[in-house]
Amino acid sequence: MRYGKGRRHTVRPARMRKYWHVINIGIQNNLAYRFNFLARALFGLIPLVAILSVWQTIYAGQGAGARIGAYSLAEMISYYLLVTVVDALTAVNEDDWQIAADIKDGNISQFLLKPMDYLWYRLCLFLSGRTAYLAVTAIPLALFILALKKYFVFPASWPVLLLFLSSTVLTALLQFFLSYTMALLAFWVLEVSTFIFILFAFEYLASGHLFPLDILPPALAGVLSFTPFPYQLYFPISIYMGKATGGELARGFALQVGWVVIAYALARFVWSRGIKKYSAAGG
Amino acid sequence: MSGIPGANRQAPKPDAEGAGSAALGPRPATLARYLTIYAALWKNSVTREMMFKGNFLLWIVVELLWFALQLSFIGVIYLHTNRIGTWTQWQVVLLIGASHFIQQIYQAFFLINCTNLSELVRNGKLDFLLLLPVNTRFVVSLRQVDLGAFLNAATAIAVMAYAARQLHLVLTAGHVLTFLALCLVGVWIHYSLMFLLATTSFWTIRAQGIVWGYYNLFQIARLPDEAFRGVFRAVFTFALPMLLVSNVPVRVLADKLDSSRLPLLLVGMGVACGLVSEWVWRLSLRHYTSASS
Repeated sequence: MRYGKGRRHTVRPARMRKYWHVINIGIQNNLAYRFNFLARALFGLIPLVAILSVWQTIYAGQGAGARIGAYSLAEMISYYLLVTVVDALTAVNEDDWQIAADIKDGNISQFLLKPMDYLWYRLCLFLSGRTAYLAVTAIPLALFILALKKYFVFPASWPVLLLFLSSTVLTALLQFFLSYTMALLAFWVLEVSTFIFILFAFEYLASGHLFPLDILPPALAGVLSFTPFPYQLYFPISIYMGKATGGELARGFALQVGWVVIAYALARFVWSRGIKKYSAAGG
Repeated sequence: MSGIPGANRQAPKPDAEGAGSAALGPRPATLARYLTIYAALWKNSVTREMMFKGNFLLWIVVELLWFALQLSFIGVIYLHTNRIGTWTQWQVVLLIGASHFIQQIYQAFFLINCTNLSELVRNGKLDFLLLLPVNTRFVVSLRQVDLGAFLNAATAIAVMAYAARQLHLVLTAGHVLTFLALCLVGVWIHYSLMFLLATTSFWTIRAQGIVWGYYNLFQIARLPDEAFRGVFRAVFTFALPMLLVSNVPVRVLADKLDSSRLPLLLVGMGVACGLVSEWVWRLSLRHYTSASS
């Protein structure tokens, strides 16, 4: 395929350009599912409202000014709202199923011939998926947060917001590389969904989806901080809420970057092993 | 309403002849015929599951993990509080167990079939089912059985038994039977509502998303009713009675009931959901134009 349209390009921009095209096409394809996205986001608000009501009841039972762990009621509600925001920005949607299907149906064969790397190709599609999802759901989500404005805590300063956003980008990369690696299991097993759901269960609990991790007993929270899970959701939120500062912040970023690198290396490694198996199966 | 949904009712269009013979023949013969058919469907499901044994076991692990996850969430919450409203820790564990039990029994009989309906409409396979001389809703709803779900229901029972011991509940046979009967009403409500959602696939082809959206509602069913107020509580009591399906049976079991109003409301909602679901199903069938023609 020719992307230069007759104009001359140096090698590097052309290489970037083809991925830019992937993103563009990906956004258009994803926007076809806009009603699905909207339905998903709106349906997702129901359990969110439910869990917020449970916490409100718990705080009400403890009298005015109650704190749970280090959280006031407003902070607790903000925490869950931020979970929804970070989730909208970084969650892997259908990517893992599609990758597994690509492998099972043999669609990846063409990538072995094309001058396009499958991992970057999928990352572009992941980015376009998130962009399309945000384009559709940003307004309803913002309205929902606005309705709970009196409980919503804003970040302490602009640098905090900037750190939060950088950490969120790393979270998205970590989410993607891990999902990508899991989906590559399709080289070896017929049905990857069980494995994906098992990992997802651990992620759901240990990444802070259900509750903020620092209301756990400190020893347990300490152990968790060495696993990749908190860096898939909890860490950026703890930056936003000012829970991670100074040395803890630096350590968290180091661990997060470390896990992103490990996950990337793992993805590359599993792919190279899988491709060997794949070509062998192709005869 | 009979235990087997729609077993003794006839679908409007396809079964004109079947309806005639069924009306003439004595009812037990009809029931026996449906039981024979259902036994055959079970046999098929067992064969299907055993083809992928590893996968079958892994799905049980997945369900167990998610169940454990909900229980640990409650464990963490009760590190920081003694009560949610008037609900104590072991009462909530009982609630989560009951809600898991109801969900798994529902899943064992109906879930795959409800999610498959849109597929049947999309690829026109519904035509063949409409031509069979049995009630169409019966075959559509009960075609496949999810055997693993029975095992998961058993783990839910084990957790409930443990919670009941922690609460020092003195249970009579009456308690347990009422509890089980109300749980079945809960299963019936989940089925009626999800089937209702699935029938929207006659209008929009992309109904699978809607059906999976229902999954979010299960998450409400396992939370104590007292946590909710206002519009939210009204909607999920009187329109989509999620706050009744598992809360009411557990209130019976844990002696948290002031009057018989709630169980009656649950049964009433069960009847209402069943009627609406059947009405929409018949309306939808009339709307059906085969995909293949």
